[in-house]
Amino acid sequence: MRLEARSGTARTAQLVAPFVAVLFTLLVCALLVAWAGAPVGRTYALLFEGAFGSRFALSETLTRATPLILTGLAAAVAFRARFYNIGAEGQLYVGALAAVAVGAQGGALEALPPTLRFALMMLAGAAAGALLLAGPALLKVRFGVDEVVTTLLLNFIALLFVSMMLDGPMKDPLAMGWPQSAALDPELELSKLMARSRVHSGLVIACALALAMWIVERFTTFGFALRAVGANARAAAFAGLPVARTLLLGALISGALAGLAGVGEVAGRTSYLTLDMSPDYGYSGIVIAMLAGLNPLGVIVAAVFVASVLVGADSMSRSAGVPNYLADVIVATSLLAILVAGMFTRYRIRWNSR
Amino acid sequence: MSELYDIVASSAFWIAVLRIATPLIFGTLGVLLCERAGVLNLGIEGIMVAGAFCGWLVVFQGADLWTGVFVAALAGALLGLVHAGLTVWLGLSQHVSGLGLTLLATSLASYAYRVSFPKVSTPPTIEPFAPLDGLSGLPLIGPALGAQTAMTVLALALVPVIAWILQRTPVGLAVRMAGENPSAVEAQGVSVLAVRTGAIMAGSALMGVAGAFLTLSAFNAFFFNMVNGRGWICVALVVFASWRPGKALLGALLFAAFDALQLRLQQSSGLLPVQLPYQLYLMLPYILSIVALVVMARRAAYPQALMKPYRKGER
Repeated sequence: MRLEARSGTARTAQLVAPFVAVLFTLLVCALLVAWAGAPVGRTYALLFEGAFGSRFALSETLTRATPLILTGLAAAVAFRARFYNIGAEGQLYVGALAAVAVGAQGGALEALPPTLRFALMMLAGAAAGALLLAGPALLKVRFGVDEVVTTLLLNFIALLFVSMMLDGPMKDPLAMGWPQSAALDPELELSKLMARSRVHSGLVIACALALAMWIVERFTTFGFALRAVGANARAAAFAGLPVARTLLLGALISGALAGLAGVGEVAGRTSYLTLDMSPDYGYSGIVIAMLAGLNPLGVIVAAVFVASVLVGADSMSRSAGVPNYLADVIVATSLLAILVAGMFTRYRIRWNSR
Repeated sequence: MSELYDIVASSAFWIAVLRIATPLIFGTLGVLLCERAGVLNLGIEGIMVAGAFCGWLVVFQGADLWTGVFVAALAGALLGLVHAGLTVWLGLSQHVSGLGLTLLATSLASYAYRVSFPKVSTPPTIEPFAPLDGLSGLPLIGPALGAQTAMTVLALALVPVIAWILQRTPVGLAVRMAGENPSAVEAQGVSVLAVRTGAIMAGSALMGVAGAFLTLSAFNAFFFNMVNGRGWICVALVVFASWRPGKALLGALLFAAFDALQLRLQQSSGLLPVQLPYQLYLMLPYILSIVALVVMARRAAYPQALMKPYRKGER
C-alpha cells in the first residue's frame, strides 16, 4: 500500500470532507448508544432537540459556543504556524483571573471610569493569556524545546496557581469558605443579547475576532508569513521571512485569544471565577480548529457544532439515560475522522506496490 | 537540615518513591519505544486511562490480577494500533492524532464506566496486588522493596530487558534504524511501516500497564482524572533520559523522589520558616519537568526521523 498525492484538490471535496467525517462519527457512536441499551434514533433526536429544539436550547448552545470560538481561534492561529499550543485551558484560566483582578468589586481600580476599566479588563485577560504562552514560545524558538509538553504541563501549573489565588489573596470573604473570587462589578459585565437567556455580547466579540483573524491571515504580510512558516519553516527562512518573530507573534495572539475566552466567561456568564468554570474548553478548541481546517470563519461553524453536541448531550442524558460522556466521544471521534477525511482530499491510496 | 535528612533517610520515603516511580517507569519505557522508532505518541495520557479502566474492570468481574494487567496491555496495544494506522500508514500529524487518541480513549473509558455503573456514589473496589513481604529481608533495599507489589518488580526488571532488546537484538536494531534512518531499513528489505507499527503497539501496551498499576496496585478503584498528567510527565522524562532506558529509570526515580519529598514537606510544617500554600508544592513536579526539558533539550539527541512520516520513494 502506498499513498499517492492527488494532482489537484477539488474545492467541493474539501468542503464535503468535514460532513462525511461527522456522519461517520455519528454512525460509530450509534453503536455505543445501542450498547447503553437506548434506541439510537430517539437518542440522536433528543440530542438534536436539546441543542436546537427550542429558543432556550438554541440560546444555551450559543452561550456554550462563545468561549469555544475563542479557544478554537487560539488553536487555529497557532497550528497554522505549526506551533502546537495545547495550553489554551491554562491560558483561559489566567485570563479569567486577570479579568477578576481588574474588575472585581471592591478592587483597587474601582475609581476608574467604567469604559476605561472595561478596556483594561479585556487587555489584562488577553495579556495574561499571551504571557503564559510567551514562555513556551521563547523556549521553542531559543532552545528548541518541544512546545507540546511545556504547554500541556503549564495547564496544570496555571490551574494550581489559580487555585492558590482563589484560596488566598483573591478569595471572596463572603463565599463561605468556597474557593471563589469576588464578583465582577455589574457595570463591567457583558450585556445580554436575548432577553431571558444567557447569550451575551461576548458572542459578537468572538465572531468579530474570527472575522479579524480571517482578514489578517488572508490579506496581511504577517498572515502570509504565518502560513509560510507553517507550510515549510526552512523554506520560509531561506526566503528571508522572520521565522522566529512570526512564531512568537502568532503564539502571543493565540494566548491572547484563549485569555479572552476566560474574560468572556467571567464577564458574560458567571461574573465570578471558580475552578470548575471551564469544562475543558481549551482542549475542545483544538478539535474545533481541526474541524474547521484551521480556517477562522470555519471555527465559528465548528464551535457551534461542538457546543450543540455538548449541550444536546446534557439534555439527552437526562431524558434518555445515556451518559453525557457520549458528547466527548463524539467530539474526539470526529477529530480523528476529520484528520483522515482531510487526508483523502489530498491523497489517494494505491494498493499495488511497485 | 537534620529534619530533611530524617525524611530522606526514612524507609517510608523510599517506599513512596518506588510507588510513585512505578507507573512512570512503565509509561516512560512505552514512550521511549515509540520514539526510538520515530513516532511521538501523545496518546499516552488516554491509553493510561484506558489501561487503568480495562484492567480494573476485568478484575472486578472476577478475573485474577495478572489477567487484568494483560487486558490493560491488550487495550493499550489496540489503541497503539489506531495511532499507528493514523500516523504511520496514513502519515497524519503525530501531534494531533496523539491528542485525538487521548481524548478518545479518555472519553470512551468514562462512557464505558458510566454505562457499566450507572448509579454508584462510591466507586466499587477490588482486592489489589499484595505487597511482597518476602523481599523485605534483603539488605539495604529490603525495607523499601518489601512494601511494593509484583508490578513494581516487573517495572524494574523491564528496564534492562528493553535496553538489551534495543541494543543487542536484530529487532532492536530495526526499531532504532526506523527512528534514525528509515530508508536504510527499507534497503535491508524490512518494512519501515511494520517495524514502526510493532514498536508503537509494544510501547502502547506498556502505557496500558502503567495505567493498570494505578487501579490494580496503587489504589483499588477507578476514578476519573486518576492519571492526572502522569502521561505527559513520561513524555518529558524521555527527553530528560536522552531516549535511553537506564537513564529513563534514573529520571523516573529522581522525579518520584522530588514528588515524595514535596508530599513530606507539605506534612511537616516545621521545616520551612513560612507556611506555603499547598498548591506550590503540587506545582513543583510539573515545574521540575519543564526545567528538566529545558536543560536537556539543548544537547538532546533526538532520533533523527522522529515525527517524520515515512513514505516509500519519497525523500
